Amino acid sequence: MSGSITFSSVQSIRGSLMVIKTNGKLGYEELVEIELGNGEKRLGRSLQVSEDIAVVEVFEGTQGLSPRDVKVRFLGKPLELPVSNELLGRIFDGLGRPIDNMPEPVGSEELDINGKILNPYKREYPDEFIQTGVSVIDGMLSMVRGQKLPIFSGSGLPHDTLAAQIARQATIAKGEEFAVVFAAVGVPADTAMFFRRELEQSGALKRSVLFLNLAEDPAVERIVTPRVALTAAEYLAFEEGYHVLAILTDMTNYGEALREISMMREEVPSRRGYPGYLYTDLATIFERSGRISGRKGSLTQLPILSMPADDITHPIPDLTAYITEGQIVLGKELYHKGIYPPVNVLMSLSRLMKDGVGEGKTRADHKELSDQLYNSYSKAMDVRSLAEIVGEEGIPESSKKYLQFADAFEKKFMKQDPYENRDIDTTLNLAWEILSILPESEWTNISEKSKKVYMNVVQKRNI
Amino acid sequence: MKVKGRITEVKGTVVKASNVSGVQMNEMVKVGETGLIGEVVRVEGDSAYVQVYEFTTGLKPGEPVEGLGSPLSVTLAPGIVGNIYDGLQRPLSTIEGYTISRGYTAEAIDVNKSWHFVPVVKPGIKVQGGEKIGYVEETELIRHYIMIPPNVIGNLTYVAPEGDYKVTDQIAEVQGSEKQSISMLQRWSVRVPRPIKRRLVASEPLITGQRVIDAFFPLAKGGSAAVPGGFGTGKTVLLHQMASWANSRIVVYVGCGERGNEMVELLKTFPKLNDPISGKPIMQKSIMIANTSNMPVAAREASVYVGLTLAEYYRDMGYDSLMLADSTSRWAEALREISGRLEEIPAEEGYPSYLASRIASFYERAGYVETLSGDFGSVSIIGAVSPPGGDFTEPVTTHTLRYVKAFWLLDPNLAYSRHYPAVNWISSYSSYVESLSDWWSLNISDEFETLRRRALDILFKEESLRNIVRLLGPEVLPEDEKLLLEAANMLREGFLKQSAYHEVDRYTPPLVQYYLLKLIISFYEKAKEKLTGGATVEEIKASPLYLEVIRARFNVKSKENFEAIMKKVMEF
Repeated sequence: MSGSITFSSVQSIRGSLMVIKTNGKLGYEELVEIELGNGEKRLGRSLQVSEDIAVVEVFEGTQGLSPRDVKVRFLGKPLELPVSNELLGRIFDGLGRPIDNMPEPVGSEELDINGKILNPYKREYPDEFIQTGVSVIDGMLSMVRGQKLPIFSGSGLPHDTLAAQIARQATIAKGEEFAVVFAAVGVPADTAMFFRRELEQSGALKRSVLFLNLAEDPAVERIVTPRVALTAAEYLAFEEGYHVLAILTDMTNYGEALREISMMREEVPSRRGYPGYLYTDLATIFERSGRISGRKGSLTQLPILSMPADDITHPIPDLTAYITEGQIVLGKELYHKGIYPPVNVLMSLSRLMKDGVGEGKTRADHKELSDQLYNSYSKAMDVRSLAEIVGEEGIPESSKKYLQFADAFEKKFMKQDPYENRDIDTTLNLAWEILSILPESEWTNISEKSKKVYMNVVQKRNI
Repeated sequence: MKVKGRITEVKGTVVKASNVSGVQMNEMVKVGETGLIGEVVRVEGDSAYVQVYEFTTGLKPGEPVEGLGSPLSVTLAPGIVGNIYDGLQRPLSTIEGYTISRGYTAEAIDVNKSWHFVPVVKPGIKVQGGEKIGYVEETELIRHYIMIPPNVIGNLTYVAPEGDYKVTDQIAEVQGSEKQSISMLQRWSVRVPRPIKRRLVASEPLITGQRVIDAFFPLAKGGSAAVPGGFGTGKTVLLHQMASWANSRIVVYVGCGERGNEMVELLKTFPKLNDPISGKPIMQKSIMIANTSNMPVAAREASVYVGLTLAEYYRDMGYDSLMLADSTSRWAEALREISGRLEEIPAEEGYPSYLASRIASFYERAGYVETLSGDFGSVSIIGAVSPPGGDFTEPVTTHTLRYVKAFWLLDPNLAYSRHYPAVNWISSYSSYVESLSDWWSLNISDEFETLRRRALDILFKEESLRNIVRLLGPEVLPEDEKLLLEAANMLREGFLKQSAYHEVDRYTPPLVQYYLLKLIISFYEKAKEKLTGGATVEEIKASPLYLEVIRARFNVKSKENFEAIMKKVMEF
């Protein structure tokens, strides 16, 4: 990397932060290159600058640094990623440097990893249905192109399997395929390997870009990995016209890295030690998705985050869900019953579903069916918890149907194989099938028209 | 005199500048070579701290800082309605490309456009601030009155004859202690409420067409309301619904630190929706301010004041303005972030100690008033609150509750079962109920208040019965109590629930709200009679009329529709 050749001296080192002398030559959020006595080079970025000194975060960590034998060079620019469609098929580290033993891709331009703010006025409203082939998602949590829909999970749950299934199966009209941008943020190496293998086996690797910051890699680097990945994703989507699916896992590690830096800077913490700007910071990541009017591509985000102690009110999942367009919540209880994908549908939501489904998009009865399934399953959960207290005998005959319904919903509709790909018609017909366990007087969301047109199809088939 | 200094420190979006003595608190400044806009938030000796409204990447110590001599102000003139602005009133539609570059400047309105001005006064009279001297037709829905700016007083020596003028052209002249030229454009500092003659007691409802709000927890014109709710409880959809259907003359929607796609949704739907009263597209009465979550926080802090000032300006013409802010929590977080960067001592959860007073002065700008020109107008404020972790004891929610008079609590359990709007009918309240009940009896039906109480009574009783059911099951209840549970269910399904996306259901005029309540309560009364006659609850439920009454919300549009079902209920 070229840049100005100003050298500077280090005043102090604390955690992954360094205070250096600058004489006012270093700009805010600009890069520095740190050269150790043994010739090793590391990258850093300024977090605060004043006339004489600057606070710098060192991405590769400060281990082994000593103020005496370190030279700091100012690169005079923020962290940038060289972009071109040569990115596809490549693997990079968390800062965007190739780690696949191939030369650095030739970039047609270098982009600031912070991206630029999308003008809301120039956004196109996302309303194109993505068929994932997963019934519970397509039927009740439909995704659309350009949506940001995270998976909230817990340790031991199959979030990776589900994300990989979606990446494999997701199709968007007329056989178009997604380009996948995968960012590993502080996950174990085998998780990254798993995704790589899945992409490879499905033949998707050649239209994928991987950015890997693994658990063993420095935590500070995690702050930039999602941004580097999204810079690539934005470029591919809005400049090259790809439909991009960005998988970011695990964003909880990102939040923790942010807290670590904030603590070292002695900032006033808000909830659970996380900085007050956590919401805004996460928003600058998740808002980098969508569609733009007049541009061909789209950028759909599927972040994965583990809820510490399965607590959805933890600041990271909580603030994420305030930013994203819904959430897919996985539940241990269902998983223990042997149900995959174990989606807690009542806590899950896809905010953009309403405009992506219905006549001309999926099917005219889709919205009503989905509403009815939510409504009935929620009632069924009440009946189930009542039955646990008073026993099945204590509940009225009419309510017993709800117990049957709940079982069918979980075991027939929700449950499917990670390699089973159901089209939307199959999913919706299945919904009619389980709904017909309940008497029609309970179908408060279903219109007469849908009953006539669609239910008969299901009944005829059953006869 | 413009103050010029230089940057000595950059920390996030807070910049310290030296050599700026003479700069004022809240003065706008230009920062750095790229001319980023900022506001002075602290002055110390000849140094000042500037909150920059844009990202500061690359900014270096030594770069210039220049005072602009005035506080953050908005442009008030014809051409505002129908626009979408950022938090500093820069129009988003005029930016080239699909991203927003730093330091861009643009006029809030098209200054080259001509407007057809019609004078309503003649020279020779004494005028003072607020007086209407003429008007232009800004949109089909808004007659934009040109008013003497609030601080001007004197003799009107000139008024332009009817004709086409640009907003900066002189259209009047006032001779006070000095001669003042008046154009159609005036500016006002956003942090200062626009003056009024006096406050009045609100007695007319702001009809939103949302049944649970209008019928049970109404808002008065000039009132203030808060909508707290965790994520996914439907705050934004509810606010969008109210922005779409409320019977206010002007709607100012401030998307404050929320999703970009939500603003696009408004932009997409507003031109297609028609105002239920005038039949014209509601875009013609709407102003949007979008400061999405990924835009710099300082502008987010300013955006709510920009919105409020615009709402006040149209109120001064004698209109009812409605300002919606989604979400005030993000605004409060912006305050917290700025406060943190200034290293102020935090109070609760890192929020500055002045959080409560800021919230108070924000909601106090709502009101039903007599304007300076002697008209009646109002600003109503609806603020969404996003409590972290759904915790209603957090500072923003608790302080907001102290200052608003209507409170619509969104309940995650209702949202989980897809009961929308998820307004909890046990915990929500409105202090406007009594002052508005006369309006309902005079304009809708004198029976309405009785029906309303009856319905709430059923819902409250259901709540206590549900506790028993939860422990012992419904089988232990006698038939009349089982029937009450059914009545409550009908109220939930047939009245409280309202689909924002169903063509009929999304907006219910007050009269139809009365019809629906009347149908459900009458059905319940009839069913009670049948019960005494020996019927069971199961039999009553099996009647097709049961579903018909519940689904009436999708079908009843007129008196005839209502009477047809009512007849069946009476014969039941």
